[in-house]
Amino acid sequence: MKPKYFSAPYLVWMIVFILVPLLMIAYFAFTTDGGAFTIKHVSDVGQYANIFVRSIWLSLIATAICLVVAYPVAFILSRMEKHKQGTMLMIVMLPMWMNFLLRTYAWMTLLGNNGLINHLLGMIGFEPLKMINTSGAVVLGMVYNYLPFMILPLYSVMVKIDNSLFEAASDLGCNSASTLFRVVVPLSMPGITSGITMVFVPAISTFIISRMLGGGSNLLIGDLIEMQFLGNAYNPHLGAAISLVLMVIILVIMTVMNQFDPDDQVLM
Amino acid sequence: MKKLGKLYLVLVMLFLYAPIFVLIVFSFNESKSSSVFTGFTLDWYKRLFNNRLIISSLVNTIIIAVAASIISTALGTLAAIGINSMRKVPRAVVMNVTNMPIINPEIVTGVSLMLLFSFFAARMTLEFGFVTLLIAHITFDVPYVILNVMPKFNQMDPHLYEAAQDLGCSPFKAFRKVVLPEIMPGVISGFLMSFTYSLDDFVISYFTSGSTSQTLPITIYSMTRRKVSPEINALSTLIFITVVIVLIVKNFVENKAAKKAGTGGR
Repeated sequence: MKPKYFSAPYLVWMIVFILVPLLMIAYFAFTTDGGAFTIKHVSDVGQYANIFVRSIWLSLIATAICLVVAYPVAFILSRMEKHKQGTMLMIVMLPMWMNFLLRTYAWMTLLGNNGLINHLLGMIGFEPLKMINTSGAVVLGMVYNYLPFMILPLYSVMVKIDNSLFEAASDLGCNSASTLFRVVVPLSMPGITSGITMVFVPAISTFIISRMLGGGSNLLIGDLIEMQFLGNAYNPHLGAAISLVLMVIILVIMTVMNQFDPDDQVLM
Repeated sequence: MKKLGKLYLVLVMLFLYAPIFVLIVFSFNESKSSSVFTGFTLDWYKRLFNNRLIISSLVNTIIIAVAASIISTALGTLAAIGINSMRKVPRAVVMNVTNMPIINPEIVTGVSLMLLFSFFAARMTLEFGFVTLLIAHITFDVPYVILNVMPKFNQMDPHLYEAAQDLGCSPFKAFRKVVLPEIMPGVISGFLMSFTYSLDDFVISYFTSGSTSQTLPITIYSMTRRKVSPEINALSTLIFITVVIVLIVKNFVENKAAKKAGTGGR
């Protein structure tokens, strides 16, 4: 038996459970209940433009915050003594091992109107703030949940940067700012691009964070899709059309990101 | 500068850990409040252990994670062997499709499988439940196994397999004695990755589980939808402790293995 036939069971599995379901999304998006071709569902997606804009905007903000917060963390970790790095990395990644529903639930109780933060504010004489069910809470939830996804790829490229490069840069007249922008940032570009995709994709498609922290007024694309399949608004054709548009948006963003990445790492 | 860096790390750690610690502290709170600590109790833990829905969904989660990760490891390792011997173009096509469940948002994978299962449910005797959940988990697990095993083939000298056969091994024996030990680290990490993803998955399970077969994350979700209950805090505490123990053991084992290999601690 030739070794290439070993993959036959998987190839069947792949076609039936990866390829066919994705083609079904495309099929459902362009057909009516009776199976006739229509572009009604795809054009109906336009009615939800505001939700799309909100999803893109909030997940872009969350991605930007993650990048700004994670960059120094990854850099400091990568400059630590070798034997400390493994342990520190484990400590940074540990919260990610908790189920993300529980992590989001933690913020739900903290930000609530009667939550701990408002209670502490009241003790020092401040008015309670309205934090839960705002778009700010949604962004916070995204940052909290996906920050480790940004730290990890950044760290893994930065750890390869040799310290002697910094000495060389300063010998050649760079100050610390120009070393950062002309040495560290270009060398860590693959980490930046894969970090951005690893945060942006789950952030733009989430429906849990918006539901638990955003209340009813901060619907995202994920909520919209979920409502078409399991909610009251049951309409799998529209749901499929929205999913298709979401995939196109992500594809576009990833193509743009790949322009910055010399190694084409993201799409493999 | 160094001190500033340390301070920054401490702040980020505080951001990452403070919510979890608050969750843990309030699991021992006598009242249901999540802001005022009224007194110490273990009641919420007792309730948790008497909650049959949670226990049964935990058992369900473990059964599915074990079954899905074993099947995916077998399927994925065989697939990697086959893909490795493919020509360039079919190989690229297969790898691109394999990457889809990883690149696509989970919700898209979830609803696409739901569409497929509904199609079969309407025409055959397939019901949403254990079987659909297991199929869905295998589907998103296998790509991780393949991605972990494939690089091991690239690192391996292809002539080793031929050399073993020249020295009298049957193809099967050559595979078992030469190829398998080389790819084993990838197989094991693929298995562990599938297992943890299966344990943790909510989104895809949510769309493919139906009402008869729930996993722990789905039960947690329905608990958070109802009311703030300290039982969730108690559950989080237990999960957090489990995670810490697993990671410490993992770190210990890895350090020991690294020392044994003479490469020093990591």
